[in-house]
Amino acid sequence: MATAAAPGLPTLRQMLNATLKELAAQLAARKVSSVELAQYFLKRIETLGSQLNAFISVDPERSLAQARAADALIAAGSAQALTGIPVAHKDIFCARGWLTTCGSRMLSNFVSPYDAHVIERYNQAGAVIVGKTNMDEFAMGSSNETSYYGPVRNPWDTAAVPGGSSGGSAAAVAARLAPVATGTDTGGSIRQPAALCGVSGLKPTYGVVSRYGMIAFASSLDQAGPFARTAEDLALMLNVMAGFDARDSTSLERAPEDYSRALTRPLKGLRVGLPAEFFAEGLAPDVARAVEAAIAEFKKLGCETVEVKLPNMRLSVPVYYVLAPAEASSNLSRFDGVRYGHRASEYTDLADMYRKTRAEGFGAEVKRRILIGTYVLSAGYYDAYYLKAQKLRRLIAQDFVEAFKKCDIIMGPTTPTAAFNLGEKAQDPVQMYLSDIYTIAVNLAGLPGMSIPAGFGAGNRPLGLQVIGNYFCEAQMLNVAHQFQQVTDWHLRTPPGFAQ
Amino acid sequence: MEWETVIGLETHAQLSTRSKIFSGASTAFGAAPNTQACAVDLALPGVLPVMNRGAVERALRFGLAVGATINARSVFARKNYFYPDLPKGYQISQYELPIVAGGSLRIVIGDREKIVHLTRAHLEEDAGKSLHEDFHGMSGIDLNRAGTPLLEIVSEPEMRSAEEAVAYAKALHALVRWIDICDGNMQEGSFRCDANVSVRPLGSDKLGTRCEIKNLNSFRFLERAIDFEVRRQIEVIEDGGHIVLETRLYDPDRDETRSMRSKEEAHDYRYFPDPDLPPLVVSEAWREAVRAALPELPAAMCERFINDYGVSEYDARLLISSRDFASYFEAAAQRLIELNPAQLGNEEEARRNYGLAIAKGMSGLLAAQLNRAELDIAHAPVSAAQFAVLHARMIQEVVTSKSAREILLALWESPQTDESAIDAIIEAKGLKQVGDADELGGIVDGVLAANARQVADYRSGKEKAFNSLVGQVMKATGGKANPKLVQEILKRKLEG
Amino acid sequence: MIPYCADNFASIERMAISLVDVKRVAHLARLEIDPAEAEQACERLRGIFGLIEAMQAVPTDGVEPMAHAQEMALRLRADQVTEADGRELFQAIAPQVEDGLYLVPKVIE
Repeated sequence: MATAAAPGLPTLRQMLNATLKELAAQLAARKVSSVELAQYFLKRIETLGSQLNAFISVDPERSLAQARAADALIAAGSAQALTGIPVAHKDIFCARGWLTTCGSRMLSNFVSPYDAHVIERYNQAGAVIVGKTNMDEFAMGSSNETSYYGPVRNPWDTAAVPGGSSGGSAAAVAARLAPVATGTDTGGSIRQPAALCGVSGLKPTYGVVSRYGMIAFASSLDQAGPFARTAEDLALMLNVMAGFDARDSTSLERAPEDYSRALTRPLKGLRVGLPAEFFAEGLAPDVARAVEAAIAEFKKLGCETVEVKLPNMRLSVPVYYVLAPAEASSNLSRFDGVRYGHRASEYTDLADMYRKTRAEGFGAEVKRRILIGTYVLSAGYYDAYYLKAQKLRRLIAQDFVEAFKKCDIIMGPTTPTAAFNLGEKAQDPVQMYLSDIYTIAVNLAGLPGMSIPAGFGAGNRPLGLQVIGNYFCEAQMLNVAHQFQQVTDWHLRTPPGFAQ
Repeated sequence: MEWETVIGLETHAQLSTRSKIFSGASTAFGAAPNTQACAVDLALPGVLPVMNRGAVERALRFGLAVGATINARSVFARKNYFYPDLPKGYQISQYELPIVAGGSLRIVIGDREKIVHLTRAHLEEDAGKSLHEDFHGMSGIDLNRAGTPLLEIVSEPEMRSAEEAVAYAKALHALVRWIDICDGNMQEGSFRCDANVSVRPLGSDKLGTRCEIKNLNSFRFLERAIDFEVRRQIEVIEDGGHIVLETRLYDPDRDETRSMRSKEEAHDYRYFPDPDLPPLVVSEAWREAVRAALPELPAAMCERFINDYGVSEYDARLLISSRDFASYFEAAAQRLIELNPAQLGNEEEARRNYGLAIAKGMSGLLAAQLNRAELDIAHAPVSAAQFAVLHARMIQEVVTSKSAREILLALWESPQTDESAIDAIIEAKGLKQVGDADELGGIVDGVLAANARQVADYRSGKEKAFNSLVGQVMKATGGKANPKLVQEILKRKLEG
Repeated sequence: MIPYCADNFASIERMAISLVDVKRVAHLARLEIDPAEAEQACERLRGIFGLIEAMQAVPTDGVEPMAHAQEMALRLRADQVTEADGRELFQAIAPQVEDGLYLVPKVIE
C-alpha cells in the first residue's frame, strides 16, 4: 500500500483529479505504475470509502495481479488508452472469479464462472478492476436503498441518497474512489445517480454495448454505460465498451467508431430542442434555474434553442412500470435455488423450496416488481396492461422521432429535484418511481442519454443537465458535453472530505 | 349410443442440429450428465440466447414439405413456469406467430387414404431431464437436453381412430426422416407424441372435452393409450359423469392413462415476446433456396416409381419406406438399365422390366438379409451397382437365383466396392450356371440310372416324381444347372 | 391461442387489485408471502396501479406494439458446437450436486 512516506505520493496526489488521458501519460512516462495507482485507490476505498458503502467487493490480490500485468504491457510498449487504469464495475457485471451479487442476497454467494462482454473488453484493454460497486438490488431502485448490502451514501452529503440503481459507481467516481466506473441504465440508473452525485454518465443507444454477462433487469431497456468526471473520459470508456458482440442477439452490427473524434467541434448553429414537458409542473426551482443557466451557456457557445413537444412523455412512468416489471418477473425466474445462488435451508418439498428460496433471496422492492410484472402478464390482464404499454411505448418513441426533425439534440433536467434524503421516499414507491420521470422515456425509445454536472441546488447538492441525442449520436453528445465542460467547472468540483 | 372419437396430435420432433437452438453446446445423445450444459443452457445470470440457423432451416424444410405457409416474420415468446428441468423458469417457444402455419399430410390406413391438416409448426427449446432414482429422497437434474431444438407440429383434430392417429404419426415420422430434419429415434425421445383425445355422439359437430395424453414414445403405446382413453371417456359419460379437461400420463406397464397430479393446477404461462430475441425474418430468397434443395418427397416419388418402373403400389410404398431405400432402388435400377442384359430395344419396356426386377430383389433377397443383419440400407455391404450386376447375371442366365443368394452372402461377408466383385465371386466359387446341353445330358443320364424307381413312377403316371428328378439333377450340379434346360432334357429323355 | 382483442380498455371498469390477486400472483411467481406481507403488498400495488391506470386514457387503436428498442431482424448463428464441457466449473457454485446431477427435492409427476 502507498503510504505517506512512499516516494510516489506527490505524483499520486496529482493523480486524484487527473483525467484518463493524463493518467495514461503518467503511466507511459513511468512516473507512476499501475500497481501504485491500484494501491492508491484501494487505500482510498478502504479508508474514505467505508462511510459511503459504495463497494460490495474489493479484492486487492486480484486487482494487483491485473495491475502487474498492465505494468508489463506498459513496459513492453503495448499499452492502450486504458491500460493500467483502475475501473470500478457495477456489481451487475459478471466477472470471472469475482463475487457478483447484483446487490441481492440471492447472489450473495455467486462467484461468477465467466466474464461479461463489458468486463472482457476492459480486461482486454488492460484496465484494472478496482472493485465491484454497490447498487440497488437487481438494479431496481432510484436511491440505492434496496441493496442487500445496505444503502450507498452521497459523497456530497451522507444524509442524502446517491441515486440509483448505479449509486455505488456514481458515488465512487464522485468521491474519487476510482477514476472511472461502469453502470447500467434501464430507466435512468446511470443518468440519475450521475446527476445526484455531480459526475458525468452516459447511457448509449440500445444495442451499442453488449448485454452479455450483464445481469438482466428489463432486457428491452437495459444498457450499460460509463461514469467519469469528464465527457472526454466517457468517450475513452465508450471506445472500450461499445461494439458488436455475437452473444447478444440485440447487439448491433455497426462499424467501430472513435467516440472522441468530435469532442472539439464548435457548437455554433447546433439546434437544442427544449421539450415543454421537461419544464412543466413538478420541476424544482433550483433544478430549473441550473438547467436554464446551462442552456444560457450553450447559447453563448452559439447554439440555438427550439421548443419541441413530447406529448406522450407523461405516460413513460406508467408504461415503464408495466414493461420493466413484466420483463423482470420473467428474467428473475432463473433464481430458483437449483443451479447457483441462495437456496433456503429448510423446506418441505420442491414447491416450498422455490417459494422460500425466492422469498428469502429477494428483497421487498424486487418482490414488489415481480408481483406487478406477473400480474400484468397474467391471463386476462395482458391486453389491458402489457400490450397497451407496448403500444404507448411506440407513441413515446415516435414523439422523439418528430422532435429530432426540428432539433439536433434535446436538453432538460435529469431529475426533478436534487438528491433526497435517505429514507425519505423508501416507504412510498410511487414517489420514488416518479423521480425517474425525465429519464425513462429515453430507455423506452432506445435513445442515448447522458447527464453532466450543471450546478448545485438546495443543500449544496449537485444537479445534472440531461442531454438526449438521436440514435447513435453519442459522439455528438460527447462533443456537446465536452464543450460545456470547457466553459464550466461543475464537473471539477470535489465533495468536501474527499478532496485529499 | 354410438360414439365418435376425435384425435389431434402434438408432435415434438427433435431437430438434428449439431448444436443447441440457442447455444453452442452439443446435442449429442448419451453424454455424462450436465457435460453438455453450457452457461446459456444453465441460465447463468447474464447469459443470452442466440438462434441456430440450422434449426430454422429444418423448420423451413418441414413447412415446405407439407405445403404450409412460411411466415416471413415469426416471433419467439417466453412460456413462464417453474420446473427444475427448465433452468430459466421459462421456455423459449413461438406463440402467436409461429414459423410454419397450415399444411397437410397424406396418410394411408389399410387401402384408404386421408388428408390430415396441420394447424402449425413452431420452434422451441427442449427441457432437461429429472431423474427419479432416489438420491436420498431427492431428484437429480440433468440439463444436457435443455436447449435441444424442437419442432412442435400440431395437427387439426381430424383423426377418428387410434389407427388413424398411428398412421398419421408414422407418416410424420417417415417425413421428418425423409427430409433429414430429425433422426426419428423414439427410444431416445427424438420423436414424441402427445394426443388430444375426446369423444362425442356420432353425428354431433360439437367437440367433447378433451384430455391430453403424454409420454407416448412408441406407435404401439400411442395406439393403446388412445384405445384405453376412448373406452375410459365413454364409460365416464355413459355412467352419467363428465370429462375433465386435464393432462394424463400413459403408463405402459399398466396399460392405462392416469391424471398427472403435477399438472392439475390451471397453468397461466404468461406468454410474452422474448425481449432478448428480435423477430425471426425469413426472406423469400432463403425460403426458395430451401425449397430448391428439398429432396423429392415420398408421395411424388411413389407415384413416379409406379409410372416409370412399373412397380405395384404396394412395392412402391415399400421402396419409399426411407429415402435411402428409395435411392438404392433407383441407383440399382438405373445401373441395370445401362447394363441392359436382356438386350431390350424399347426404353420404356427396359425401364419397367428392370425396375420390377430390382424392386422384387429388394423386397425379397435384400430386405431379408438386412433384417437378419439388423442393418440399415445405408450400411448395406452390397452397393446398388453390385446389386444391379447381380440381377444382370440372373437375367443373362449366367447364375441361378439360388446362386445369386450365395453371391450376395459372400459379398456381405467380405465386402468389396467394385461392381466387378460379382463376376469375381461367380468365377471363384464356380457358380456359373451349367447351361451346356451335352454336359447336362450326361448328368441327367446318371440321375436317371440311379433313380430307377422314380423313373418308373413317372412313367406309370405319377407326375410328382418328375419334380423329384429335377431336384436330383439340381443337387448333382450344386444348384448351378439352368432349371429350364434341365426340365427340357429330362422330359425328352423320359418320354423318348 | 389468445387473439389480441381490440382497444376498448378505456370503457372497461377494472376492479382494484385485491388480496386474492396478490396471493394468486405470488403463487405464480413462487414467492412465499405471509398474510401481513400480502396486505402491505396489496396496498402498495394499488398505489402503483393507480399510477399505471393513466395509460388507459390514451387511445392506441391501430398502433403497432413495440417489443424491442431497435427495429432489427434476428441474427442467426452457424450450427456449430463451440462450447466444451464446463461441468466442474459450473457445479462448483451449485447448492447441491451428486454424480454430476443437480439435486432438488423430489420431483413428482
